[in-house]
Amino acid sequence: MKTLKLAAAGALALSAAAIATPAQADDLTLCWAAWDPANALVELSKEFEASSGHKMSFEFVPWPNFADRILNELNSGGKLCDLLIGDSQWIGGGAENGHYVKLNDFFDKENISMDDFAEATVYAYSTWPKGTPNYYALPAMGDANGWFYRKDWFARDDIRKAFKEKTGRELGEPKTQKELLEIAQFFQGREIDGKTVYGAAIFTERGSEGITMGVTGALYPWGFKYENTPGKYDMEGAVNSPEAVEALEFYKELYKTATPPGYTNAYMGESLDAFKSGQVAMAMNWFAFFPGLYADPITGGDKIDFFVNPPQNNEGSTLGGQGISVIAYSDKQEAALEYIKWFAQPDVQAKWWGLGGYSAHNSVLNDPGFIDSAPFAGDFLLAMQNVQDFWQEPAYAELLIAMQKRMHDYIVADKGTAKEALDLLVADWTEIFKEEGKL
Amino acid sequence: MSEKTVDRVAGATPVLLARKIKGLSDRAIAWIFVGPTIFLLLAVNIFPLIWTVNLSFTNFKANRINRVVDYVGFSNYERILNDPDVWLSMQATAHFLFWTIFFQVLIGFTLAWLINKKFKGNDVWTTIIVLPMMLSPAVVGNFWTFLYQPQIGLFNYVIGFLSGKDASSFEMLGSVDLAPWSIVIVDTWMWTPFVMLICLAGLRSIPDYIYEAAEVDRASKLRQFFTITIPMVLPFLMLAVLFRGIENFKMFDLVVQLTGGGPGSTTELASIHLKREAFEKWRTGYSSAIAIILFVTVFGLASIYVKALNKVKER
Repeated sequence: MKTLKLAAAGALALSAAAIATPAQADDLTLCWAAWDPANALVELSKEFEASSGHKMSFEFVPWPNFADRILNELNSGGKLCDLLIGDSQWIGGGAENGHYVKLNDFFDKENISMDDFAEATVYAYSTWPKGTPNYYALPAMGDANGWFYRKDWFARDDIRKAFKEKTGRELGEPKTQKELLEIAQFFQGREIDGKTVYGAAIFTERGSEGITMGVTGALYPWGFKYENTPGKYDMEGAVNSPEAVEALEFYKELYKTATPPGYTNAYMGESLDAFKSGQVAMAMNWFAFFPGLYADPITGGDKIDFFVNPPQNNEGSTLGGQGISVIAYSDKQEAALEYIKWFAQPDVQAKWWGLGGYSAHNSVLNDPGFIDSAPFAGDFLLAMQNVQDFWQEPAYAELLIAMQKRMHDYIVADKGTAKEALDLLVADWTEIFKEEGKL
Repeated sequence: MSEKTVDRVAGATPVLLARKIKGLSDRAIAWIFVGPTIFLLLAVNIFPLIWTVNLSFTNFKANRINRVVDYVGFSNYERILNDPDVWLSMQATAHFLFWTIFFQVLIGFTLAWLINKKFKGNDVWTTIIVLPMMLSPAVVGNFWTFLYQPQIGLFNYVIGFLSGKDASSFEMLGSVDLAPWSIVIVDTWMWTPFVMLICLAGLRSIPDYIYEAAEVDRASKLRQFFTITIPMVLPFLMLAVLFRGIENFKMFDLVVQLTGGGPGSTTELASIHLKREAFEKWRTGYSSAIAIILFVTVFGLASIYVKALNKVKER
């Protein structure tokens, strides 16, 4: 009798467990770049695994190979990724080539409102055609290109005095791009604690997107526009405007006069290395790295501070960041959508920010305690108000490669003038849009 | 004994299989053996080649599989031949090819000639010299990136020390003038041992009695070198040039690791340019045309060269 009761109880427990967990537990693979926030996402996703019963696997690709690897995967209809946190510029290709699942019906069904996310991030990471209510991703990771500097060096009396003597003003966070150049040039080749240091580490990388992301950090504050009329692809006079020429000449001067020797092909990793090894006074990089930089035991803490990309003619920062999409070739779309539903919850978004991810959810960003929650939080908010992104067209890769070539040719290889480089860029882009049938 | 072996093999053949192949001719059996290899060769080499030729006449893009593909005739070829970027990449390739082969042959032959002299530690030196070619190009690329680093690189330090210049005043990988030479130096460092080994094989194949006969004829060492050594090693040298020429024409990994084709497009060799067109810009039709042009160039040059090599061998 006792055995019978035990068997009955066991059967009951088993059936209860079967009801409590989903009908089928899937093994989901999420693809993203290999960087600090990815580790935070692994940690965060443990909660999803516990609550859903699905198992999460991750495919993180180093940034220089991220686009190559993942776009190859998508173009071949590969099933490696069920979920993808793809770069913002891929949204056009993802939508038009049928790689991403359109999420409108799902959002409606699950009451996920895009109004709950920062407007700039929804525009940049989720919509295609741009600005229309056609959503192919949920804003996952807000990001922009910002700056960090050696606060301890900026506070030293001898350095402050020398700077005042040289420039006639106090040393502090630059308020304009030209001030940034002046500070960088001041530090270039200076001896600090018996070591030669340099002005700033900036992006000059040729192979993927580095120099474009760096140079747009100068172009946008000078008022650079991709088109005279949005959506018309009329680039002549916009891309190669006098302001754009001035901005490009500025970036070249910054590179030539205020960066460490040998930084001819530098991107995120090199910028971090230059700063952490005490070589530079300032460095540009994505906000995504700032939590890790602040936590660095040698150059972090009270030795570091952050500032938003300085304005010149106007405010402007280069947009980074990504949305999370469900891959159309996945056999586990239901489970992948479950993940997005879970990720969109305000409490999960709050934990995401707490772990080092940059939430784009308004409940996190508008929280009264947000600005004081990290030394770079206020700068992040400011940057996200004035972000501008590269083309997000399906032909994004071709457009990017053309710009990489023209910018590297002019800035690093000293080929031609800034005006010639931008004229050639207009010609390249015109040819690409003609091939696309948009001109 | 052999009869017994034949009987044993026949006996070991399963009865069903034996019945099936009993009526087959020798030629049919030979086809059964070579058939899979021929099929594999057709599937892996010939079919892709034909397919690439076909694609080169289209505007196909591998990232737009839903787009209508149009045949564009020879326009891809026309565009390539009028594209200054293609010509620049061919110039960069020619510079790389010529100077790497020149230095590798010069240094490789000299090293082989020295190693061929009998001296103590000969084998140890041979092992040390061939070490670079045993490394992976990715490792060599990374390794030399550090050596060329203006602030901490050993290469810059040595040049600075010898010339009295500041080591960080020049950038091997970042300068338009120096970058093409920096990749030549690394490839020469890595592959000279290969040329040396081939030359060494050539030198060791020369019988001693030829030199002894020359000594009897009172021929000077210089005369022996130019009338015996060089002509007899020449086929080996030409073979080394052929191998290195083909390899360096399609050089990719080492240069990508070192310069990524930069600064600007200074070291963008033909293979790097092709990769960018094919897998970054996704111009599949256009890049197929570039691939065909490169294939025809290498195939044509190699064929002429092999004919010349055969003539030298016949002498």
